[in-house]
Amino acid sequence: MRKQIKVLLTKIGLDGHDRGFRLVAAALRDAGMEVLPTGPWLKIDEVVSIAMQEDVEVIGISSLSFDHLLVPKLMTRLRDEGLDDVLVIVGGIVPDEDVGELIASGVAEVFHPGASLAEVVRFIEDRVWEKRNAMLAKVVNG
Amino acid sequence: MVEASVVPAKAATGREQWEADFSAQADGRPRFNRSGIRLQPIYGPEDWCAPQSFDERIGYPGQFPYTRGIYPAMYRGRGWSRRMLIGLGTPEDFNRRQKDMLASGSNAVNFIPCNSVFRGYDIDEVDPLLVGTCGTAVNTLEDMRIAMDGIDIAGVSLGMNDPSPFTLLAFILLLAEERGTPWSKLSGTSNQADFISHFVANHMFYRLSLEGSRRVLVDHIRFMNRHSPAWNPLSIVGQHMQQAGATPAQAMGFALSSAFYYIDLCIAAGMNIDDFVHRFTFFFDVSISFFEEIAKFRAGRRVWARLLRERYGAKAERSLRFKFHAQTSGADLTRQQPLNNIARVAIQGLAAILSGMQSLHTDAYDEAIATPSARTARIAIQTQNILAEETGVTDVIDPLGGSWFIERLTDQMEDAILAVIARVDALGGMFEAVRQGFVQAEIGRSAESAQLQVETGETTVVGVNKYKVPDTDDHRTPVDRPNSAAIDRQYDRLARFKQQRSQAQLQKGLSGLAHAANHTNANVYEAVVEAIRCGATHGEVVTTLRRELGFGQPLNLAG
Repeated sequence: MRKQIKVLLTKIGLDGHDRGFRLVAAALRDAGMEVLPTGPWLKIDEVVSIAMQEDVEVIGISSLSFDHLLVPKLMTRLRDEGLDDVLVIVGGIVPDEDVGELIASGVAEVFHPGASLAEVVRFIEDRVWEKRNAMLAKVVNG
Repeated sequence: MVEASVVPAKAATGREQWEADFSAQADGRPRFNRSGIRLQPIYGPEDWCAPQSFDERIGYPGQFPYTRGIYPAMYRGRGWSRRMLIGLGTPEDFNRRQKDMLASGSNAVNFIPCNSVFRGYDIDEVDPLLVGTCGTAVNTLEDMRIAMDGIDIAGVSLGMNDPSPFTLLAFILLLAEERGTPWSKLSGTSNQADFISHFVANHMFYRLSLEGSRRVLVDHIRFMNRHSPAWNPLSIVGQHMQQAGATPAQAMGFALSSAFYYIDLCIAAGMNIDDFVHRFTFFFDVSISFFEEIAKFRAGRRVWARLLRERYGAKAERSLRFKFHAQTSGADLTRQQPLNNIARVAIQGLAAILSGMQSLHTDAYDEAIATPSARTARIAIQTQNILAEETGVTDVIDPLGGSWFIERLTDQMEDAILAVIARVDALGGMFEAVRQGFVQAEIGRSAESAQLQVETGETTVVGVNKYKVPDTDDHRTPVDRPNSAAIDRQYDRLARFKQQRSQAQLQKGLSGLAHAANHTNANVYEAVVEAIRCGATHGEVVTTLRRELGFGQPLNLAG
């Protein structure tokens, strides 16, 4: 049986806009994923500890007013805790010139306004299955 | 006499003939506006022709029910306030940008503080990376002194985007004292006093618990009405909800329901309707759904005037006037081909003007990319100037009034708005409706259906789901960033401020504040002003009130 994809959907920093957040949460649920939504303003350590306790495969960060600047710090903390294999995506308003830094810090993708929900769902499914297969291959091949 | 045995076929009327001809050519696809109202292909006198109800439903501007505008002269008298949102970097940055805007035709202030301030913190409580990115870092009276340097605070209308407990306005009041300006000479609006809208749709502004916000708001209204009677202490916000996905009719209906809730609070606190309600203003989104927006506002004015009379027995003319600020909808703007947004904003702005608003912010075209730069903000204000002074659209008041379509649509929007209000009433009013999550769920449903329509292509968004161009560098516009050295200096300034003030005075101010919070016979807002006079910072005031009145925690975002 296929294991359900588990996604932590959250907001860090100071912003509280949640239209995109709600839409993405609903779309991921409709696609059969298990979504753990949080309130706004989580601290980076709180995100890391939920990710660990809940054993999520994906973290989605919604940012509409520059909270994305904190994401590289989150990526460092995830690495410190050995959670490098968690797929992290960012959605919202992120200036182009900031995207490179996010990707370099380990973020898998940044979704901008105009991205479709279907696109987000497909991206997560593809990448999670890639990761699962890679892991399986590692186990099989020893 | 022989009766004719055959009645000759009646000649088809023009309308019938047209209907037949239309059906032969039309695509057959029904059209709905965003509020779900089905639009006919054409309107004629039989769709809206009620000369007998002209006075009752339409009338003349400045007269009940104010469908055509709240003042007799509208833009033939004084124009609207060209009120541009400004917020970035340090108080010096704000000052520079505000003066630039005033020199470019803006005649009002629309102050946006840093997100840290919105969240109720001083900058030394948050990550410096975030400071000044989306608004101005202002924590103290000293900061406000710098931000308003050389600006006549009594000569412009001050829109302060600052939720409960309204510390930024307290800075302004104390600054006025320093300058010898009587509080009675100040005019402007506490733009983010509507805590219900924050709880529902803009969590960043939601600082104190619902109960705490309620307490501070009532005291704020009472305090400002007494000391600064030209100030609008409450602006009820439909904008947050429409940005979050509410349809235009829902946004208007929920905002009016919120207003009724606030009226009930003031009446329960012993105030008389005609003594305070004329200082309630509204703040709405104006989307690109052109005629719908115009009808929304015409209907809103009518519903307000009628219900103020019917529900509350308001008698004063000024109580019945529905005053509002409009902001062009950022949710309609695209990141793709952002220059296209200049066209969208011009159309939204035109709708706002034709609807008879009192104050307008036009978005910069890079709204969907970042906090607007000085250059893009100038284009936005010039768009207003072009609309106001080149097109001639302000020469005639309510120029669409009397259009069969607009009048019919205004009636239908009115019905839709009244239906929203009735549903909220049935739940026990707006406070209960949001506490139960009803309003949030309704807005969420509307947002989902709008998104679905974009994804299926039912709704066209140029450059996003149609007429796409290759994703080259078409969306790269320069983004203004706060200067990190200037932000560092802002940290030093705050540290110095905290060091130099009298600790004894500060303690006195903050304990006075805590005391007022716990004693309903005291005015909490008066205590806020006093605490700041004693040297308290913004963050210290909010922290104290959060401790005494509760932290504002919204419901789970998508539980």
